[in-house]
Amino acid sequence: MQTFEFTRPSDVTSAATAAASAKTAQQGAEIRFIAGGTTLIDLMKLNVEQPHMLIDLNRLPLGDVETLPEGGLKIGAMVRNSDLAHHPAVLRYYPVLSQALLSGASAQLRNKATTSGNLLQRTRCMYFRDTTMPCNKREPGSGCGAINGANRMMAILGTSEHCIATNPSDMNVALTALEATIHIQNAQDTRSVPINEFYLLPGHTPQRETVLEPGDLITHVTLPAPAAGAKSLYLKLRDRASYEFALASAAVIVTVENNRINYARVALGGVGTKPWRSQEAEQALAGVTPSEDRFRAAAEAALQGARPQSQNGFKIELTKRCLTHALKLATQTA
Amino acid sequence: MPTAQSETAENQALSVIGRPIPRVDGPLKVSGTATYTSDHNFPGMLYAVPVPSTIAKGTIAALDTSAAEKMPGVRAVFHRENIGRFFRVPPNDDFSIVIDENRPPFEDDTIRYYGQYVALTVADTLEQAQAAADAVKVTYDEETPDVRTKLTQEQEPKVGSQRGDATAAFNTAPIKVDQTYVTPAETHNPIELHATVAVWDGTRFTLYETTQSIKNHQLAVSAMLGVPPENVRIVSRFLGSGFGGKLWPWTHDVLTAAAARALNRPVKLVVDRKMMFQTVGHRPLTQQRIRLGATTNGKLVSTQHDSLNHSSILDDYDEGCAEATPHLYRCPNLRVTSGVVHLNVGTPTSMRGPGAVPGLFALESAMDELAVKLNIDPVELRLRNDTEIDEALNLPFTSRHLKECLTVGAEKFDWHQRTPAVGSMKKDGLIVGWGMAAATWIANRLDCEATIELKADGSVRVACGTQDIGTGTYTMLAQMVGEALGIDPDKIQVVLGDSALPTGPLSGGSMATASLVPAVLEAAKKASEKVQFAATAAGPFSGQSVANLIFSNGRIHRKDQSPSDGVPYEQVLQAAKVSSVSGSGSSKGDFTDALGITKPKLSSHSFGTQFVEVTWQPEIARLRVSRTLTVIDGGRIINPRTGRNQIEGAVVMGVGMALFEHTIYDDQHHGAPINSNLADYVVSTHADAPAMDVVFLDYPDTHLNAFGARGIGEIGLAGVAPAIASAVYHATGVRVRELPIRIEDLLG
Repeated sequence: MQTFEFTRPSDVTSAATAAASAKTAQQGAEIRFIAGGTTLIDLMKLNVEQPHMLIDLNRLPLGDVETLPEGGLKIGAMVRNSDLAHHPAVLRYYPVLSQALLSGASAQLRNKATTSGNLLQRTRCMYFRDTTMPCNKREPGSGCGAINGANRMMAILGTSEHCIATNPSDMNVALTALEATIHIQNAQDTRSVPINEFYLLPGHTPQRETVLEPGDLITHVTLPAPAAGAKSLYLKLRDRASYEFALASAAVIVTVENNRINYARVALGGVGTKPWRSQEAEQALAGVTPSEDRFRAAAEAALQGARPQSQNGFKIELTKRCLTHALKLATQTA
Repeated sequence: MPTAQSETAENQALSVIGRPIPRVDGPLKVSGTATYTSDHNFPGMLYAVPVPSTIAKGTIAALDTSAAEKMPGVRAVFHRENIGRFFRVPPNDDFSIVIDENRPPFEDDTIRYYGQYVALTVADTLEQAQAAADAVKVTYDEETPDVRTKLTQEQEPKVGSQRGDATAAFNTAPIKVDQTYVTPAETHNPIELHATVAVWDGTRFTLYETTQSIKNHQLAVSAMLGVPPENVRIVSRFLGSGFGGKLWPWTHDVLTAAAARALNRPVKLVVDRKMMFQTVGHRPLTQQRIRLGATTNGKLVSTQHDSLNHSSILDDYDEGCAEATPHLYRCPNLRVTSGVVHLNVGTPTSMRGPGAVPGLFALESAMDELAVKLNIDPVELRLRNDTEIDEALNLPFTSRHLKECLTVGAEKFDWHQRTPAVGSMKKDGLIVGWGMAAATWIANRLDCEATIELKADGSVRVACGTQDIGTGTYTMLAQMVGEALGIDPDKIQVVLGDSALPTGPLSGGSMATASLVPAVLEAAKKASEKVQFAATAAGPFSGQSVANLIFSNGRIHRKDQSPSDGVPYEQVLQAAKVSSVSGSGSSKGDFTDALGITKPKLSSHSFGTQFVEVTWQPEIARLRVSRTLTVIDGGRIINPRTGRNQIEGAVVMGVGMALFEHTIYDDQHHGAPINSNLADYVVSTHADAPAMDVVFLDYPDTHLNAFGARGIGEIGLAGVAPAIASAVYHATGVRVRELPIRIEDLLG
C-alpha cells in the first residue's frame, strides 16, 4: 500500500473537477472517488489499486431517495445500501431491489456501502485480487488466470478469451431488470446512461468495465415508475445460506393479465461479466400463459449463449433452475 | 444456626461440578479487555512482515533487498545470510518436544511450498514493514510443483492395527462394500490470526504467542534458537481459538524472536489471513479406501481401511485416518494401513479430531452404504456390531456407552419415523433426508502440575502452565478448585498461560480438562492440610491435633462438627498471622498409551452419535442442514453450558466440513493455495447453523480421574460429515464420497 493524497470536496462540481486530470477512470486509475470504501480499501491493501489521490464523496449532498413527480424514484449516489433496502418506496414498489440488496454482503457492509459504490463494485475473481497472478483486467496482456485455473465461480455469459470475471453485485442485477438510468456529472455537463449500456463486455479490454471517463461522477440513479400490477423478486443461489456471492441469481419483474404475461423483465447475476439482462428470456415470456414449461423455455433461451469453463458448467443448469423458479414464484403471487 | 434444610441447600449449591456457570472470563472477552497476543504493545516496538515465496518449488536465484532497506521506517531486512543461526528440534519418539514443520526458516534457498518465508522486513510501523516486504525483489528458478489431488502410494504402506485375516475374510464375505473416500485439504481459520510479540532483555526472551501449548513452545523455540529453555518465557493469556493449528510452533515464531534479539527492540509479527493458508498448517487431503465384508444379517467379518494423506516435502505428517477404526466395532478380521505422499504444500498439522474426523467420514460412510446394501436400518447395523471390548488391544473399555448413544439418539430424533426410500420424506414442501453416524475420540491425560494458594483475604489462586484456547479452561479450573475446596468459583482466581507457572498440559487431543483433575485435587488437598496445620497454631483450634481437624466447605472444623460450625479458612490464616498457604499437585499422564509408546491397561475413549436432517429443494438445488442431534458419551460434564457450546461449535464446523471447506492448490499457477481468504474459502455462517440438540450421557469415567471427566473438544466434530452425507443420500439418492458435497454433485 502506498501513500496517497486525500481530499474531501464539499460540492459535486469540485469533486468532478478534481478527478478530471486522471488518465483513466478504469482499472489502475490514479485518482479515485471513495464512498463506502468496501471495495476500494480492500483492493488498495492488496496493491490491486494504487491511487495517488482519493476524493472522498461522503460529505456531498447525494444521500437522498426521492419519489419523482412522474412516478419513479431518484436514488442519490451516496444512499447506503441498508437505507435503500429498507426505504418504504423501495419495499413497496421495487421489492426486487430491496431483496437483492439484502441478499448481498453483511449488515455491516451494507451500512457502509453506497449506491454508486455498488454500481462500481469490482469482481471477486481470485486472480484479479492477487498481484502475483496473471490477470488481463488488472494487468492487460498478462493472461487470464481463471480460464485454466479455479473458475468455478466465474462467468458463463459475456466472457471473452481474455476475461471471464463475474460482476459480483446483487443490486446491479435488480437495477438492470428495473431498467435503471445512471446519471453522471463531470466538470462540463451531465448525462444519463441506461444501465444496460453502462457496463462493457470484457472483449479485448477487460480493464475497461464501464463507460465512465476521468472526472465522471455518478450523482444518482433513477428508476422508472413501476409497471401497473408488477410483481418482482430476486432469487439468489449460493453454496452457503448467507454472506456469499451468487453462483446464480435472477431478478424478475412480471405482470400477468388475463392469464397472460404482458410484461417481463429478466436479469441474471453471478453468471455474467456484467449484470445480465436477458431479452431472450423476456421475449420467450411475452404474451404466454404462465407455466413451468414456459418458464423453463425462457430459461433455456436466456442461457443459450452460455460458454462454460472447466469447473462451472453446472452453472448453466443451476441458472435455468434459478430463473424458472423465480418466475414461478413471481407469477404465483401475481 | 442454619436449619437442616438450608444446610442441605447450601451443600448442593456448593457442588459446582456439573453446574452450568457462565464463563469466568466472559466479561473480559465481551468488554474487549481480555489481552490477546497481538494486543501486547511495548515501548519502541517494531513490526515485522514476512516475505512469502510466490512459487511452490524451486530455488531462490536472487534476493534484492536494496530498495526495501532504503524505505522509510525500515530497520532491517532479514534473510538467510543475516538472520543468524537456527537449529532443528531434536528428533524424538517420546512426544517430549513436538513440531510439525521441522525445517527452520531460511535454512536453505530451496523453496518447497508456496508462501515459504524467504525474507523478513522490520520497520517502525506495520504499513512501512508491509510496503518494504512488497518491495523485496526475489527471483526464482522455478520448477513444476506437485500439488496433485489424486494421491498414489509412494512406498509400502505402514500397517497399523491388524487382527485375523482381513483379506481372506473380505473375499469370502457374502456382502461387500469397497469404496474410496476423499476429504480435501482444509485450512484452520480461527478468527485470531497467529501472532508473536517478542521481547529480548539481553539474555532472555519473553514471547507472547498464540499457542495451544506454552510448555512445548518454550522447549521447541528455545531448541531452535539454541538457548536454554529457562531463557525463553512463553505467555499466552487468551486465544481466539486454534483448532489444532496453534499446537506447535511455526516458522514465524523464531523469526520474530531473532529479529527482536538482533535489533534489541520488541518486535510484533501477525501472520495475515493469506499466509494462514500457506505457512501454519492445514488438515491434509486424505484418500481412503474402505473395504467392509459382512454377513447377510449385517455382522462385520472384515474391515480394511487403507489411507493416504499428503504431507510436505520434508515432513512425514501421517494424519492417522484409521485412528478410530480398530475399536469402534466388533470385527474379527481387520487391517488398517497408512501412507504419506510428499507434495509441494506447507506442512500439515492437527486439525480438530485429526485422523478420526476424516477417518470416520470414510468408515461411517461405508457403514451407511453397507446398511443400504443390506436393507438394514443404519442405527440397527451399528447396534449389531457394537463391541464390549476393544478388540485391537484385547482390553475392556474404561467406559463405553455407544449403544446408549445410538438408542437415546434414535428415540430423541424420532428415528423410527424414518422411511428408508430415497426422497420419501417431505416437510413444508421440501424433501427431507435423515442420516446418522457414530463417533469416537481418544480419552487420555497428559502430565500436569498445578498450585493452589489459599489467601488470608479469602481469595484462592490456582496456577497452571496450561492455556485456554477459548474452550473454557479458566472456567473448568474454577469449578474443579471450587468443588475440591467447597468454595464458590467466583472467589477463585485462575492463572494460566505463562510458562513460568507449574507445567500444565497442552490444549489438544481433548485432554486438558481430564489432565487437570488429579493435579488440582492433590494441590487442593495439600493446601487445605496447611490450613489445618495453621489452625493448630492460633485461634479456636489452637493446640488441637491436626488429625482432629478437617477442611470442608471452605472451613476448618473438628471432625465431630458440621462445617457450618467451623471457622472460615481465611480467619484461620488471619489468626495464625499467615498471608497465604499453598499446595502443589502433579500427575503423570497416559497419552503415551494412545501413541503406542507405553502399554495401556484399559481402552479409554469417548463415544457419540450424530443424527442429521437435511432439506433438499431439487428445483433450485438448495441443500441445507436443518436439524442435528448429538449424543455424547464423554464422561462427566464439568459444565453443561460450556460443554454444549463445544459440541454445537463442532457441529457448525462439521457443516462446513461436509458442505463448504476446501483449500484449492492451483497446479496451473505456482501451486498457490488460491482461495486464501474468507470470501473464497467458505466456512459456515450463523445462517448455516442448524437447530442443534445436544445430549450428554454424563457417565463418569473414573478410571481417567476422580471427577470422571473427559475432554469434549473434538468428539462433537467426529461423525458430523458422514451423518450429513448419509442424510444427503437419503434425500437425493446421490452418494457423495468426496468432500465437500457441492451443488454440482447434486444437480443430476
